[in-house]
Amino acid sequence: MSTHGADRPDTRAGRLGALDLVPKARDAQSAKDFKTDQEVRWCPGCGDYAILAAVQSFMPELGLARENIVFVSGIGCSSRFPYYMDTFGMHSIHGRAPAIATGLAASRPDLSVWVVTGDGDALSIGGNHLIHALRRNVNLKILLFNNRIYGLTKGQYSPTSELGKITKSTPMGSLDAPFNPVSLALGAEASFVARSIDSDRKHLTSVLRAAAEHRGTALVEIYQNCNIFNDNAFEALKDPETREDFTIRLEHGQPVRWGEQGQHAVVRAIDSSLKVVDSADVDPSEIVVHDAHAEDPSHAFDLSRLADQTLARTPIGVFRAVDRPVYDDLMRAQLEEAAQTQGAGNATDQLTGLLQGSDTWRVG
Amino acid sequence: MAKDVQQLDRVIIRFAGDSGDGMQLTGDRFTTETASFGNDLSTLPDFPAEIRAPAGTLPGVSAFQLHFADHDIMTPGDRPDVLVAMNPAALKANLRDLPRGADIIVNTDEFTKRNLAKVGYETNPLEDDSLHAYNVHSIGLTSMTVEALKGIAITKKEAERAKNMFALGLLSWLYNRPTEGTIKFLESKFARNAAIMKANITAFNAGWNFGETTEDFSVSYEVKPAALPAGNYRNMSGNLALAYGLVAASQQSGLPLFLGSYPITPASDVLHELSKHKRFGVRTFQAEDEIAAVGAALGAAYGGSLAVTSTSGPGLALKQETIGLGVSLELPLIVIDVQRAGPSTGMPTKTEQADLLQAMFGRNGEAPVPIVAPRSPADCFETALEAVRIATTYRVPVIILSDGYLANGSEPWRIPDVEDLPDLRVPFATEHNKTFEDGATAFWPYLRDPETLARPWAVPGTAGLEHRIGGIEKADGTGNISYDPANHDFMVRIRQAKVDGVAATIPPLEVDDPSGRARVLVLGWGSTYGPIGAACRIVRADGVDVAQAHLRHLNPFPSNLGEVLRGYDTVLVPEMNLGQLAMLVRAKFLVDAIGYNQVRGLPFSAEELASVIEEVAKR
Repeated sequence: MSTHGADRPDTRAGRLGALDLVPKARDAQSAKDFKTDQEVRWCPGCGDYAILAAVQSFMPELGLARENIVFVSGIGCSSRFPYYMDTFGMHSIHGRAPAIATGLAASRPDLSVWVVTGDGDALSIGGNHLIHALRRNVNLKILLFNNRIYGLTKGQYSPTSELGKITKSTPMGSLDAPFNPVSLALGAEASFVARSIDSDRKHLTSVLRAAAEHRGTALVEIYQNCNIFNDNAFEALKDPETREDFTIRLEHGQPVRWGEQGQHAVVRAIDSSLKVVDSADVDPSEIVVHDAHAEDPSHAFDLSRLADQTLARTPIGVFRAVDRPVYDDLMRAQLEEAAQTQGAGNATDQLTGLLQGSDTWRVG
Repeated sequence: MAKDVQQLDRVIIRFAGDSGDGMQLTGDRFTTETASFGNDLSTLPDFPAEIRAPAGTLPGVSAFQLHFADHDIMTPGDRPDVLVAMNPAALKANLRDLPRGADIIVNTDEFTKRNLAKVGYETNPLEDDSLHAYNVHSIGLTSMTVEALKGIAITKKEAERAKNMFALGLLSWLYNRPTEGTIKFLESKFARNAAIMKANITAFNAGWNFGETTEDFSVSYEVKPAALPAGNYRNMSGNLALAYGLVAASQQSGLPLFLGSYPITPASDVLHELSKHKRFGVRTFQAEDEIAAVGAALGAAYGGSLAVTSTSGPGLALKQETIGLGVSLELPLIVIDVQRAGPSTGMPTKTEQADLLQAMFGRNGEAPVPIVAPRSPADCFETALEAVRIATTYRVPVIILSDGYLANGSEPWRIPDVEDLPDLRVPFATEHNKTFEDGATAFWPYLRDPETLARPWAVPGTAGLEHRIGGIEKADGTGNISYDPANHDFMVRIRQAKVDGVAATIPPLEVDDPSGRARVLVLGWGSTYGPIGAACRIVRADGVDVAQAHLRHLNPFPSNLGEVLRGYDTVLVPEMNLGQLAMLVRAKFLVDAIGYNQVRGLPFSAEELASVIEEVAKR
């Protein structure tokens, strides 16, 4: 699977730890160190507060020098995020954060670069940049806050809104079939794809940790409640009455079972698709075991298709986490190779050689 | 039997053929031979956007014009003295540009009934006397090439393909060009295919020998080397010069070069060239689209790289929102627009300079950026260095307006001594810059240098300088989000003042007025420098006084521009657009500038401009 240069040991994906090149903090950190003096201006009750708190409390775990962390965002409610993180940060333009972050990460291996985006920002206006960042496998962590609505522009349907959704711009119902962000990311050759939910701090933190430890592009879809324009969009996954039946918690190496008593499970049907069954009706050995490291993305893709529009059978957790060559590592390796094989003499001599070229003549 | 050698002071040759005939390569080789001989020269490649238009048709004609002389020249020339026409289409497409008495070398093998019909010739022009005003040399280039290559193990098609080398050999003999360079070039180009290499070299030599023996050419010509200023020279095209200028600027600034680009004609060669120079630490990123290309560059600029994006007009349109972000973030960014004929897709391989107003005003809000334009292919080198100086000193995106003529055209370039290149080092912020009354300190990302009005360049990884910036309006000093009306008014004005302030560091506009009596000033910018200069020479030779001034800085203008313009009764502004610079100078200086405008996708002809200037001067 690997491209040329697979024998070069230094910068191969999988051999270099995700954060090995990022300087470490000199002192112990706390969540407070990551809070800025700016007043947080999301609507009261917004799911973004919970995600911000989770990220701020999780960051000290990484023990990175704060000045080597950068949050880049696009436009939308979620994209205000960098203003509230006491790291370096850029609030850029609509949809372009993955492109801007790609340039930053590709030129600065000593940085931990995070992109914060929303369903409109990442999947509509910025869809192209998202899929290309994923296929290149740039060393970026992308947090996609999915609230299935446009919040900042006050309530139009988004590319993840359900078909038929009534919004300000679709009074008779949306005609657009929605994206499944996890399926999309897998189709775009993503090396790491996960999903979590704003209300489950513990789960969200575990997914963020796994993303941070992944070298390459990590996409984390976070179901996030917009209590103003799309309240309770994910209620079925939160309500104690329904959540156990609706949520599939993916664990690598564990059978895919859910429900209060683990009464639901998936098995492979004869046509090799996933089939939902009662656990009691099948031999435990038949139940599909989750393999996040499978080279072939088909398994993760099948899981991403289990949920329906009502959110029944929604998997959360890490769908896929595989080692694949990382764009910025490959780029750096080419530069090093060129410097070793083509470079000779000091910088001035080299530049002189370049400007002289081979076909010159002398006058006077 | 040695033939006579006749001395000439200048020659214009045009090679024309089908897109697949290798005319650009032939022209390139002849140029390199001419350059190494020491002539002054100027070239104009002119080719269709289609990679292979239908063979033998008018749209498929690809041409390369070269003007070389024993003195300094300014343009690729208006009217070819010699046309090499590889087929009827090439003859038909170029005939109208030839002066009476010009030499035409035609490949008779292609003048078949079918090929003649394809381009609407009812009779063969080689036989019907319609070319009586010219010196026609009818030569079976294809058949003679095939004949010469007998015995080499290649197909007939491969042998036919070497006919351009036969033509090159003939022309090389005709003008006494040195041949070692071309032989060496062919050896290296076809190093992996000995038969093809042998075929091309044999064809080239056969062409030379044909010239020496045929009675069709009774004399050969010589154009003595030009007396250029002393130094080491090489031939240089505009896109190559831009790429070298950027590598040099990277070395001189100590900033690693990052290019974000998306392939687009005629700018792609900047991407191709820079991608070869990884040993200089150059990172090239071929993005998914124009927007990502400039976005990645801006991200790299934020991280402390010398960031560049290269494109043409349609790409500039797509990048404008991100350039606006660069204006707001106040980060250095180089945006190269190699202009081509528009609007929309326009004519991708044809030149124009109609993006000036797009560069000036193409963004939302008040978003001023400095603009610089090279005047000749080799001048692209220095223009790149100047753009970098402005961008890094003032922390602002700078647009370089090159064009298709400069990008692909070439001229001799006196290679600068690296020791003489400007020092472009700029400091990054390293510590707090704000002290409060109680002695506490902080880093304020929008606290400005009082002289340049630039804000600090504080790159990630610098402890204590953590800060957030964005496209939302920022409070002066702190950079925090601000919707305060007075603050916005202040910030809009200070961003403008910063760009206006660049004028203090650019040299005054020089006027070329040899007699000192001119009442007409011809003002230009960009690639029209050569044609305007050549036209002024013609006019002056006729005894008419005229002054010439040429702008490198389009925004801001040199401080003395208003004064210069007011010093003349008439200001004439020739442009390859409908009057964009004229509009700017009229608006800014209330000067009644007259435009002379052409948008034909080709540079001005010097003769035509000369007649316009004379007419204006005699009013």
